[in-house]
Amino acid sequence: MSDFVMPSLGADMEKGTVVEWRIKPGSAVKRGDVVAVVETLKGAIEVEIFEEGTVAELIAKEGQEVPVGGVLARITRPGETAPAQPAPQPPLPATPQPKIPPPIISVTAPSARVKVSPAARRRAAERGIDPDRLTGTGIDGSVTLADVEAAPAPTPAEAALPKAAKPRWGFEPSEMRQAIAAAVSRSKREIPHYYLTTTIDMSAALHWLQAYNKERLPDKRLLPAVLALKATAKALRETPQLNGYWESGAFRAMERINIGWAVSLRGGGLIAPALRDVDRMTLPEVMAALRDLVARARGGGLRSSELTDPTFTVTSLGDRGAESVIGVIYPPQVAILGLGRISKRPWVVDNQVAARPLMAASLSADHRASDGHTGGLFLDALDRLLQEPDAL
Amino acid sequence: MNAEKGTAAPLRMTYREACRQAIREALAGDPKTFIMGEDVGLYGGCYAVTKGLLEEFGPMRVRDTPLAESAFVGAGIGAALAGMRPIVEIMTCNFSLLALDQILNNAATISHMSGGQFAVPLVIRMATGAGRQLAAQHSHSLEGWYAHIPGLKVLAPATVEDARYMLKAALNDPNPVLIFEHIVLYNAEGELDPSVTAVDISTAKVRRPGRAVTILAYGNSLPKALQAADELARDGIDAEVIDLRVLRPLDNATIFQSVTKTRRCVIVDEGWKSGSISAEIAARLSEDLFFELDAPIRRICSREAPIPYAAHLEAAALPQMPHIVDAARRLVRPA
Amino acid sequence: MSDKVHLDRDHGQHLLREMLRIRRFEAKCVELYQAQKIRGFLHLYDGEEAVAVGVMQALDARDAVVSTYRDHGHALARGVDMGSLVAEMYGKVEGCSRGRGGSMHFFDRAKRFYGGNAIVGGGLPLAVGIALADKELRAGAVTVCFFGEGAAGEGEFHESLNLAELWKLPVLFVCENNLYAMGVPLEEAEAETDIYRKAAAYRTPAEKVDGMDPIAVEAAARRAAASIRSGNGPYFLECRTYRFRAHSMFDAQLYRTKEEVELWKKRDPLPRLQTWLVENNMLSEEELRRMESEIDAEIVAAVAFAEAGQWEAIEDLERFVLMDEAPE
Repeated sequence: MSDFVMPSLGADMEKGTVVEWRIKPGSAVKRGDVVAVVETLKGAIEVEIFEEGTVAELIAKEGQEVPVGGVLARITRPGETAPAQPAPQPPLPATPQPKIPPPIISVTAPSARVKVSPAARRRAAERGIDPDRLTGTGIDGSVTLADVEAAPAPTPAEAALPKAAKPRWGFEPSEMRQAIAAAVSRSKREIPHYYLTTTIDMSAALHWLQAYNKERLPDKRLLPAVLALKATAKALRETPQLNGYWESGAFRAMERINIGWAVSLRGGGLIAPALRDVDRMTLPEVMAALRDLVARARGGGLRSSELTDPTFTVTSLGDRGAESVIGVIYPPQVAILGLGRISKRPWVVDNQVAARPLMAASLSADHRASDGHTGGLFLDALDRLLQEPDAL
Repeated sequence: MNAEKGTAAPLRMTYREACRQAIREALAGDPKTFIMGEDVGLYGGCYAVTKGLLEEFGPMRVRDTPLAESAFVGAGIGAALAGMRPIVEIMTCNFSLLALDQILNNAATISHMSGGQFAVPLVIRMATGAGRQLAAQHSHSLEGWYAHIPGLKVLAPATVEDARYMLKAALNDPNPVLIFEHIVLYNAEGELDPSVTAVDISTAKVRRPGRAVTILAYGNSLPKALQAADELARDGIDAEVIDLRVLRPLDNATIFQSVTKTRRCVIVDEGWKSGSISAEIAARLSEDLFFELDAPIRRICSREAPIPYAAHLEAAALPQMPHIVDAARRLVRPA
Repeated sequence: MSDKVHLDRDHGQHLLREMLRIRRFEAKCVELYQAQKIRGFLHLYDGEEAVAVGVMQALDARDAVVSTYRDHGHALARGVDMGSLVAEMYGKVEGCSRGRGGSMHFFDRAKRFYGGNAIVGGGLPLAVGIALADKELRAGAVTVCFFGEGAAGEGEFHESLNLAELWKLPVLFVCENNLYAMGVPLEEAEAETDIYRKAAAYRTPAEKVDGMDPIAVEAAARRAAASIRSGNGPYFLECRTYRFRAHSMFDAQLYRTKEEVELWKKRDPLPRLQTWLVENNMLSEEELRRMESEIDAEIVAAVAFAEAGQWEAIEDLERFVLMDEAPE
């Protein structure tokens, strides 16, 4: 069961009036169907739905004014039987949320940053010197023009490196730390997280993977992460309430499934660029995309859109990681999946304790956008999909 | 007078005397020029600038006015519109606010608003600045306000030479020109180079060349800036001092050239810091010269309070030489 | 120029024609305003025509005029080209101020028309200064300074009257007392409602005149001009008049009654003069019709001139902020 809410159709839209329903209880709906006409201060606008299912109930009446984010209807998803109805919740108040800026680029930390005078910075660029490495003699310890002029000429290797060693927009570790700090602080301040954890038996997946990789050269082999990513994408198709953004007091479901893959950088810091349309890729394509993305994230050359595109994030601490990881949602996204290390642990199979490769999957989700029920469905789907790796 | 005979010997005189000679020369040289204002005649001028001129030129050329700033400034504008070249004296710039309607709504607008049919070749002289314990209604520096207004030219003579020759240039200009004479400078003495008989009213001037830091000043802040530069020189810091002279239109070229060279700038302004001419200059430097700067711009301005009477408070309210030295030194040698 | 009115057939018709030009011109202005051809403030002179037309009869080319934001009548009566006025209100570069001033700021150097001044009282010091210059440069010239009775509340009014009298300057102060400063009735703004008495307090010869009678105004203006030209210093006329229309276009006229307006309209100078001329065989029906059609043709041509005008190039926006030289 999911809620179809009053969408935000513009930054200045705070509420709308349902003037016409194009659906009724029992109607089948699919993504993109126009289901209602909503009168806004800019005029009447046809409203689409972004999920599939059957209309269980129309909450808002025609002529009723509903704030952005308020529940308009309840939709039963395919295969779901309508559970006992909870009492309809009053529409959520519209609380416009300023959009979180994309990471790293826009956040600066004056105190932590090396101060370089404008003239020094320009001269350093001309000389191919990284002024941040110089010791400043200027006011407040700033690097001055004279400091840059007095610095030794860069070695050829250094001279070739600076641009290539950094992503194109040239973020610095300290800036990145500040950006992460800003984003997670905001997340924890504003997002009411709920957390669900399940343990997934990875026997079938690893078994399949072993067989698949055996026949292939190393560069064509797949990592377990690829299976997890693809399964995540397919699970999100079933629970679209987790794939999208919380903006202007309302959840906005996203059509594309762009999974942010958290990559820790060697110089410190973290970045989660998007693997786009994971649900539409084959497993080898996911592998290739992942390999390319990680290389570019660590070597430079990410596009800024790759940082703003994710609609959902997966963080995996990998082989050497912890047993489980409970992530902090990256706003305006509404959920993050944390995958722990796969390790053999006791597991009950057929009433017998057996050693099995297990993986803890933890979902952190925004309670404003979804409820635990939805999160549970997602983890169930993820588990189910990973038991059938052939079908991925 | 020696200058008029063109002898080579430099002539020493006060700023006040230079202002007086400038007015005398203007009255003698052009029958369309006259001076009017409060107490310019019998009294000889509040600051004694016009002393003796009534006797020399008579009451039609040296007109005492009633205490009616709006009317006599407006009358100056009207007379300029109709072909005269009036000099209007306002006793202090604080009183000019009573004539602000005429200065802003008429003098500054009519040539533009009439599509160039009329010009307002008017000169308004007024005393400005603090330092004589005249308290909060006779001590302010409002030249920065007037420099906000398109259609006006705003001058701030800081040297005896400018006091002597800026008036002539202003009277030859077809636009309303405001000259702000600093009350502390009236007694200052300086030497006139006999070979100089005219100055421009469009440029700032380098009064002391240097390489390490640019100090921009005008009016009574100029001598303070020059003393500061001497003090800095004893420390081995080679400051360049620029006399802004013309606050509107600002001479960007000279300022930018200097700061491009020194990459550091201290602006000294007797006006209040908020919304001041120093703010305007700092904004221009950051807009147009950002990548030349090697240090933040520093401003030494009056404290944000009405200028008080008590000597120690008045001194504390104003930009002083040690402030300039300190700011410049910190920019050049932060340690 | 004579200091007496010679009211022959030609002159009577001239007075009527001049008032009719203003009246019909302004009717057109309202139409153009509602068609959004004219924007900004638009202050109409309907009802007050006898003042501008009467006063202008006493002036010649050497004289100067300082006007107010209600300057249409003054400019037309002074002989400023009607096409340049419409073009000005259209904001076209062919306007008498290149489209920079609009309705409130007509200027015409050739006519010594020193502008509609939109600061109440702001024109008085200018007029004093122009007269000061004229005393030196143009012997016998008079500067007429129009202002409303609202200006009497301003310090500039008193400062200027004093200065003009003190220095015996050739200024003709014309107070157009239409009884309301925007919406403030005279008796609620002035302790002394006879404005001319204020001038008399400065020892300036001052008269109260029926501003609804062009002949009375002309006679007073001629007396005043003669006195001024003979070196006696300024003169002050308070012309009691009434504006029939609102203060400006956006004015619900809450401050006066319709009955009061109707009462004053009975004294409308146009029909009064027209009837008088006809009754005294100084105007025929045919002459009247010809006069009206000539005026209508002038208005049609003026509007066409404005329509055909150009917008000033934006590159010229800052032109004349500072002048390169003073025009001779």
